[in-house]
Amino acid sequence: MTWQVPAAREPAASPRHAAMTSPTADPRLNPFPANWPARSGWMLLAVYTAWAAAQLDFSWMRVVSGLDNLERFLARMFPPNFTGDKWDLIVKGLTESLEIAVIASALAIVISLPVGLMAARNLSPVWLSWPARMLVALFRSFHSVIVAIIFVKALGFGAIAGIAALVVASVGFIAKLFAEAIEEISLKQVEAVRASGASFANVLTYGVLPQVFGRFLGFCSYQLDSNLRNSTMVGIVGAGGIGGTLFSAFQSFDYDFVLAILLCIIALIFAGEIVSGFLRAVFLDNSTLSAWWARRRSAATAVVRGAEE
Amino acid sequence: MNHAADIPGAGREWHRFTPEQRNIRFACYLVGVAALVMSLRHLEFAPEFLADAPAQVQDFFARMWPLDTAFYGKSVHAALIETLNIATLGTLLALAMAFPLGVLAAGNLVPIAPVNLLARLVLVASRSVNSLVWALLFIAVFGPGALAGTLAIAFRSIGFVGKLFGEALEECRPGPVDALTAVGAPGASVFIKGVWPQVKPAFWSIALFRWDINVRESAVLGLVGAGGIGMAMDSAMNLFRWDQVAVVLLTIFAVVVVVEVLVTTAQSRITCGAHTF
Repeated sequence: MTWQVPAAREPAASPRHAAMTSPTADPRLNPFPANWPARSGWMLLAVYTAWAAAQLDFSWMRVVSGLDNLERFLARMFPPNFTGDKWDLIVKGLTESLEIAVIASALAIVISLPVGLMAARNLSPVWLSWPARMLVALFRSFHSVIVAIIFVKALGFGAIAGIAALVVASVGFIAKLFAEAIEEISLKQVEAVRASGASFANVLTYGVLPQVFGRFLGFCSYQLDSNLRNSTMVGIVGAGGIGGTLFSAFQSFDYDFVLAILLCIIALIFAGEIVSGFLRAVFLDNSTLSAWWARRRSAATAVVRGAEE
Repeated sequence: MNHAADIPGAGREWHRFTPEQRNIRFACYLVGVAALVMSLRHLEFAPEFLADAPAQVQDFFARMWPLDTAFYGKSVHAALIETLNIATLGTLLALAMAFPLGVLAAGNLVPIAPVNLLARLVLVASRSVNSLVWALLFIAVFGPGALAGTLAIAFRSIGFVGKLFGEALEECRPGPVDALTAVGAPGASVFIKGVWPQVKPAFWSIALFRWDINVRESAVLGLVGAGGIGMAMDSAMNLFRWDQVAVVLLTIFAVVVVVEVLVTTAQSRITCGAHTF
């Protein structure tokens, strides 16, 4: 897409003349020509949308009748029900979810380190990296709720099944990214450590890990966050945590309790995001408590100042 | 003559981190281990379940074999198409809604801090509710079926797409925008010709990435009644037809692999285009 200014350009005699020979008339003078492939792509997308909406039997009537329901639904949701035994159920469920997330993350971190090292193609021989990569791909391909169903069958109802399901999902995530990070390392340091006569274990601890350990901890903190979210969901299929409480509240149309549970889950997830952000600041940016606190305070004052303007 | 004494700083001990950095790292490790120990001690679990796990797993796989391949033609195929439609329509709906929100969240395009903050708040709210919960909410409103599933996928994706698109917009170079403003182009033209070409690869890359995630997520929405292949799996599970469940699982696996390959190839082509651009 090269646009060249024509060599001989007639000087515009008057503004009126210039308006008459508008630049779009001459394709060489049009810097923004119509992009027909893109336009036909948009049209195809519109056709697909209409076709798929018809396939799924969407209609305006359903939306309108739904909006009618929405009003009743919202009316029954408010005010959220935090009273007595309901609150006890929330606390019990959230504690279990939190415990599932912590244990699953810890196990996943321990398992991902060797699996990630095995899956890195620049460190491991093919007979080791290939099966490890297959394992990671298999772990990644199922949603954690589906994995939870399988583990509920194998290990029975309860938190153990949830932990196992989240471990599988987390190993799939951490080990994949960790292996990719190792594949990007500089081999000079590895070479140097190896040249000094180091054993394989020493090459790993002094040549490889220092280059990727920060990123590894970063992936782990992301996964801790994600495990916290998913640990509130695996209960829907009976794998422990607040999800079971939430699902039964939905099924018994106990919508004010549903709202209370949702608000608590969102609060927990927010807290988790702050914790994992703090961990990333400490381990990736070498931040300290005072530096982190100062940054958050300056960000908060910037927002407040912006709102005042 | 003692050479070591001549070298400046010879007697000093060198550390990679300052004491404050070391302390906070140590505190993080300590809190992590304490949380793990507390969780392990507090969590109730029945060891007898673990004892018969191998037998259960064996039983599980034994019941899956032989696969009920006739089940694929009977109900899995239609459910699979429905799942793909839910994922794709949900993604498109999310793109349509996330586009304006992403623009509003980008501080360089809309330099009004309260508007940015409000847009980001909406995006965070969308992200912090899981798609299964969105599905439950929409089922309560619209009844079970694909409509609830599509809306669940769309509302969960808004936050993801809007956040990443807003960040891409904020990384725009101001040069083309300034140039177009300087020649007197109206606001819409400045956006279409100055900003959009810069963020187009990022936008489609984000859309493909989210589509990939949505195909996986829409496969489970059926478990709560929001349509798609999860419903076929749920009914097979309720009847303890593990040979049919296995067919569904294999189908999901195949589709996820195919979609991932498609998305990876398309993304690498998009980013290559961005480099030559």
